[in-house]
Amino acid sequence: MNIVVCIKQVPDSAQIRVHPVTNTIMRQGVPTIINPYDLFALEEALCLRDRFGGTVTVITMGPPMADTSLRKALAYGADRAVLLTDRFFAGSDTLATSFALSQGISRLAAEAPVDIVFTGKQTIDGDTAQVGPGIAKRLNLHQLTYVEHIDSLDLEAREITVRRRAEGGVQVLKTGLPCLITMLEGTNSIRFASMDDMFRAARTRLDKWSAKDAGVEDMQKCGLRGSPTVVKKVFAPSPRTEKAKIIDIAGLEPAQIADAAIETLFEANPELHEDLRAFASGA
Amino acid sequence: MSQPPNRPQPARSKGLPEHLKDYRGVWVVVEAERGHAHTVSWELLGEGRKLADELEVDLGAVVMGPPEPWLDEVCAEAGAHGADLVYRIADPVLHDYRTQPFTQGLTALVETYKPEILLLGATTLGRDLAGSVATTLATGLTADCTELAIDMETRSMASTRPTFGGSLLCTIHTLNFRPQMATVRPRVMAMPKRVDGTDPKIIDHPLNLAEDDIITKVLDYVLDRDDDKPRLAYADIVVAGGMGLGSPENFQLVIELARVLGAEYGGSRPLVQKGWIPADRQIGQTGKTIRPKLYIAAGISGAVQHRVGTEGADMILAINTDPNAPIFEFAHYGIVGDALKILPALTEAFRTRLTALKGAA
Repeated sequence: MNIVVCIKQVPDSAQIRVHPVTNTIMRQGVPTIINPYDLFALEEALCLRDRFGGTVTVITMGPPMADTSLRKALAYGADRAVLLTDRFFAGSDTLATSFALSQGISRLAAEAPVDIVFTGKQTIDGDTAQVGPGIAKRLNLHQLTYVEHIDSLDLEAREITVRRRAEGGVQVLKTGLPCLITMLEGTNSIRFASMDDMFRAARTRLDKWSAKDAGVEDMQKCGLRGSPTVVKKVFAPSPRTEKAKIIDIAGLEPAQIADAAIETLFEANPELHEDLRAFASGA
Repeated sequence: MSQPPNRPQPARSKGLPEHLKDYRGVWVVVEAERGHAHTVSWELLGEGRKLADELEVDLGAVVMGPPEPWLDEVCAEAGAHGADLVYRIADPVLHDYRTQPFTQGLTALVETYKPEILLLGATTLGRDLAGSVATTLATGLTADCTELAIDMETRSMASTRPTFGGSLLCTIHTLNFRPQMATVRPRVMAMPKRVDGTDPKIIDHPLNLAEDDIITKVLDYVLDRDDDKPRLAYADIVVAGGMGLGSPENFQLVIELARVLGAEYGGSRPLVQKGWIPADRQIGQTGKTIRPKLYIAAGISGAVQHRVGTEGADMILAINTDPNAPIFEFAHYGIVGDALKILPALTEAFRTRLTALKGAA
């Protein structure tokens, strides 16, 4: 069985700082990581390979330095890694990204048919959750988003049954292969990569594909030109005209601070006091 | 990545192509599943009404589902929440949400009636469907918008959303493609007033898809148990904690205060990433957007994405040791102090008051 996992190298959002004066992102020194949501997809793929045999290929589109994340994925146990990197990919929105990735996956599928494509549910930097469905549509894969569990996989019948998180419950869906699965967070935890694994990964040769290598014929579909959305401006939210009124707690004990806070809240909004009265009387 | 030198002018500078100029109207996809419409659809109709009025066009609602009486009720509700027109596809294969038939139905409606704007809720259904339809139509889709406006000069929609992991906002346009698509999370837009007695025009459209042509089958639908669902989005009082609590054990202080107040509790994004709390307790733009009467935020610094998800609160009380924490920029009241000491004190003080009130009642 051949599985492809799409991953993205993202800045570690916990460490992003905004310059207080210019309101621009301070990227210097911000470490990059594999998008955390993608690790659930990768682990699920590795588990399936361990059970059914076959290969797991990780693929990403990004700058040359995105190889760091691919090597990390190799260390976790992926068999092969493909980096789609080309200046023509620069400035891609989700539509252009799904185009580039589906081109890369098509080339892989031409070498050996792909059974399942995995992605994370979304990235932590873009938060769109749009690239997975985009790939499914372009490659005509059965689309299974927000999957929390794979109930069964029958390679002979080419059928898969999964549990998909919906708004008020869980759908149990059966569909055919090939399919695309976006994996929900918290469904598994990524295995441990030993020092040996990391050394092995460091020695593994990565496939670096340009747009042409991936089989792109129409460069108009790539990058900025292939992106229907245009970012007009990036800005910090305007501060509220009024900042928080700081409750004076100088010299007060915690119990007195709590009283002062509650009095302030009730005074500002008597309705809260009424609500609490209703709550106390069991309404 | 660097830009290619001497690259040809991108297609986008040419303006809206001739064949897209007759796209008119604002549409909202009403999310109706198993007899119920999701309230985000009504919130979107409220927002869509404003956009449609500004563009001087009709507001349309898309309703797709099985041919059952409840679907008619959903159509009437769409009218009551502001839709002038309802585009309805009623077909038995739409009994449950599945990507393929819903994508085919919505795509056919768009290609037939040509709306300029198409809005969906950023739910598991809406995001699944929007991504598939936008790719089919090869048009622009902006996720999780927090503000929608019209730029009358280009007649394009300005969609604002958090970016860079929620540290900044950005405004995105789809200039040369139609429809302009966007998703909005539940509770981000205000619920419009319901108006009875409206009579929206209903336009029925066929699906032309047989069950045998759909590979994906729904074997079962396991409803969530009511008591294990956090009701963060609709709670009147919400108490939340952040990394300032220092350890997962200290999060218990948040839960205790919430319990005394009969409130819901949650936390900031880093807590979910660290596994201190489950993902469905995450408060903020990338988690749950809340609109409570009172929001108590303890040890939360107040990143933009958190701010965007909590600004709808009537009153925000922030507790943080850092007087320069961004949360004091948008909270209404602040206590510069140690949440670990103040949370239990608040719990105790509220408990005392509640006991007194109970005695008086």
